[in-house]
Formats: sequence, structure tokens, C-alpha cells
Amino acid sequence: MDRELVFELPNDLQCIEEAVEFVVGRCATCEETGRKLRFNFRVSFTEALANAMIYGNGRDPSKRVRVEVALRGSALKARVIDQGHGFDRATVPDPTAPENIECPGGRGIFLMRKLMDEVYFNERGNAVTLILRLPETEPIRREASA
Amino acid sequence: MAFQVNREGDVVVIDVDGQLIVGNRQELKQTILDQVESGERKFLVDFTHTGYIDSSGLGVLVSLSKKIREQGGELRLSTLNEDLRTLFELTKLDTLFRIADSREEGLKGF
Repeated sequence: MDRELVFELPNDLQCIEEAVEFVVGRCATCEETGRKLRFNFRVSFTEALANAMIYGNGRDPSKRVRVEVALRGSALKARVIDQGHGFDRATVPDPTAPENIECPGGRGIFLMRKLMDEVYFNERGNAVTLILRLPETEPIRREASA
Repeated sequence: MAFQVNREGDVVVIDVDGQLIVGNRQELKQTILDQVESGERKFLVDFTHTGYIDSSGLGVLVSLSKKIREQGGELRLSTLNEDLRTLFELTKLDTLFRIADSREEGLKGF
């Protein structure tokens, strides 16, 4: 079953967990809930929302974050748009480099790229699109997939 | 979401129930820093009941570990499920922390 969700969030970090669970819950009613949805998407979507609120909107409580989610077949696409001016992705350092390993920040985009099938930004840099392909019959129990 | 703080001998054990993410990382940070301030030096964060961690949660563990090491102590982690282990491996933070398979193992030789 295809499904679309469009909503806006206040620029409040406390809203993230509920928004993530809302989207995962709505998508789980349509497709088998597997590890990729439960883990890869949850972490990546959390990162996208946090980046939008902290870096995109600069923690400004008057700004908002728009979310567009589309589940078509087994492809889950989530777009997160902030009201900021964007950023230069070339300036994001590798968080796994020895000189960065003890840095408290800088792992968000890295994790999104590792956990999602596709991640891309618009030219301005204020919108990120996450794409995850959910296996049609992914087993819930991990040992069943071993 | 809650952090349960218990003591096992001279080790402070913190159970993370739910998620460790951008919305609650400061609560964990303050909980542990308060313990450091009062003289505690040995910490075990147990993830038996943890759903997922985001980069902010990882970041707070990194900064706490550094702070505790500077005070002559150690922060260990235990009972990460396969998903959480994947996060630490992807980010190479498994090289920074001592990660035990169980709470009991984490407490050994502290």
C-alpha cells in the first residue's frame, strides 16, 4: 500500500522522538517492519531532523521543519526541509579519521550515508532526502535472516 | 525515557531505558557529570533496554569518556544489541570504548 505523510514540526528537539515514532508507526502498518525500518531509518531520520533544527534553523524557535514522507511499494523516501541558508557539505570532515575520533560531533551525515540506501541534498543545502529500500519480506527476527 | 543510576561496588552503573538521542543526551551528561563531581571515577553504561542511539548520543558518550579519563577514571559500555554495535563499528568508536557483552563482564576487573 502506498502512503504519503506531510507535516511540519516546531523547531524543538523534544519533538524529534515522537515524530520519528509516528512515521515509523505509519510505515510499519503498510510494510513488514524489519531491521532497516526499525534501526537504519530511525537513526537517519533522527539525524536529519536534528540537523535541520540545530544547524539549518540555528535553534531558532520561531522556525519550523517540514517533513514529506512517501512509501511507494517497498521504497521509503523522507525529505526534511529547514528554513536555513544551507551548508557546504565539502566542509564536513570524516568522523572516523584518527584526529576526529574523539570529537563529540560530526557523525550525523556520516551515519545517514552509511545507514540509508541514498542520501542527497538540494543545491541550497537546506533539504535532505533519505531513501531506504525495505525488503518485501524482511524477517523481524534477526536470527531468521542469518 | 529514563536513566536509572545504581551502584555495584565502586562502579556507578547507568541503565539507558529507551533512546539516547539529541532530545535527552544532556540529561545523561548531567547525571554522570554530577557523579564525577562528587568523586565517582568508574562508570558502566548499560544498554540492555536501549532502542537506538543517534550521533548526539554517541557524541555525549565520547565527551564523557574523555572527561572521566582526564580525572583518572574510566567509562565502559555493556550489552549493546547488534544494531547498537553496528553504530559503534561504523563510527570506529568501538576502538575508543571498552565494550562488554554483558553487565557482569563489564564490571569485571574494573
